Amino acid sequence: MAVTREMLNDLGSDPLVRQIFRKTTRAFKKTRGFTSVPEYFFNIERAGKLAVYRIAKYLIATVFCTSLATIVNAAILPEESADLLFHAYDGGGVTVTGPSVLVRKNFKDTASVHANYYTDMVSSASIDVLTAGSKYSEQRTEYSTGVDYLNDTTIYSLGYTNSSENDYVANTVNFGVAQEFFGDLTTVTMGYSVGDDTVKLNGDESDPIQFEANQKHHRFSLGLSQVITKNWLAVANIESVIDDGYLNNPYRSVRYLDDGKVSYQTERYPQTRNSDAIALRSIYYLPYRASVKGEVKFFQDSWGVDATTYELKYVHPWTRSWIFEAKVRSYSQSQADFYADIYPYKNFQTFLARDKELSQFSSTNFGLGVTYKLPKPPLAFLNNCTLNFYWDGFQFNYDNFRNALLSKTPEEGKDAPYKPGEEPLYHFNANVIRLYFSAGY
Amino acid sequence: MRTPAALILSLSLCGCSHLQPQPWVKAYERGHLADPVMQLERSAVAGKYISHVYEAREAARGADGSAGGGCGCN
Repeated sequence: MAVTREMLNDLGSDPLVRQIFRKTTRAFKKTRGFTSVPEYFFNIERAGKLAVYRIAKYLIATVFCTSLATIVNAAILPEESADLLFHAYDGGGVTVTGPSVLVRKNFKDTASVHANYYTDMVSSASIDVLTAGSKYSEQRTEYSTGVDYLNDTTIYSLGYTNSSENDYVANTVNFGVAQEFFGDLTTVTMGYSVGDDTVKLNGDESDPIQFEANQKHHRFSLGLSQVITKNWLAVANIESVIDDGYLNNPYRSVRYLDDGKVSYQTERYPQTRNSDAIALRSIYYLPYRASVKGEVKFFQDSWGVDATTYELKYVHPWTRSWIFEAKVRSYSQSQADFYADIYPYKNFQTFLARDKELSQFSSTNFGLGVTYKLPKPPLAFLNNCTLNFYWDGFQFNYDNFRNALLSKTPEEGKDAPYKPGEEPLYHFNANVIRLYFSAGY
Repeated sequence: MRTPAALILSLSLCGCSHLQPQPWVKAYERGHLADPVMQLERSAVAGKYISHVYEAREAARGADGSAGGGCGCN
């Protein structure tokens, strides 16, 4: 079998090959001055094509094992790449669209710097908004940057995120450590992040900011990745979150009965919230080239919400260019202790909430995805370019959140179709699209 | 007294070296694990976005990576 330059070019564009090439031949490159995978191979080829073939086979095998680092261990930094994403969410009267750009650049195989620009353009006429307000549009912009530093088998990470919209500003700093053990089969990760948010209530032109308050967030995470067999990988994650401060949405109201009619008052939440989540994920390589992933997650918080998530995903490649995937996800939660769809009278209890995300509900999510690897990169300095499209369909069914719009008086002198507290339960569907282009360089 | 102590110490050290866990999946056996179909999340930017959707629509949070800050989701 002859090794052609096209084969090696294709090999050289593979991110896995590039990783092992980068890691194992750094010293070799320095002494010989090779700059690319094909050049590396063809310089060896001068010593004989048979040797090239053997070395290529060895390298491919080694690449596959060592590049596992991108998935389960910390010995190699993430691959240099640029991702351009367009995202869209449409459901329940809310539309959110926008771009996201992520760029990662590595330096001397020991440091990796990344930056992300992300935008949400929100147009909301959700049931919350229509019940006690009017339709609005706003934009959220998020900038994040970070650095990963590799030292032997440890990666240290530091990151910063700033998110701002006209009535909410969030700043978050995160630290992380990832350490591999037992011949790269086990990786332990630890993380901590601290966030400081400013919540505002916007008014009219004469009084643009009617209210301003602060929130603080602390997140502690611990992860364990374990290679169980040559076809089976399992990951466990635990994360605790501590929130402190003004945790309400200042725009949202609860409803209560007032002489048989409905009146509204502002929500009132506790000033602290602690939560714990544990997730177990496992992925298995099937007897043919495809994988199945299972995930289960349990969540509990100090407000009385218990939640369970199950997910099953199947990934199937077709030729060297296509990867298809399908998933189903199920989520259910109990309601917060102080939540009610309607209270019997004003100030019924100390804490009041009518956020449907704090009510008891369940959701089902189906997802499809396809990845296409471009045969040739559009620009000469790019490699491993892919086009990716994901669609997710959601169905939300609320068990104790009623469609309050149906008890609103439609016109003066006309009766509403339902009495307050007797409306049908609310439900809605949503579609989420992710379309992105990814390129290595 | 010194001899048995030295013997026990040396046996312990030998035992320790044998007890050290060895990688049971060898480097050349990890081809399937490194296949792109075995990645738990194939894109950081796309994974971060769907996590953000989940956190906006559900009370549960955490144990699946950071979802960034802000809200903009009611």
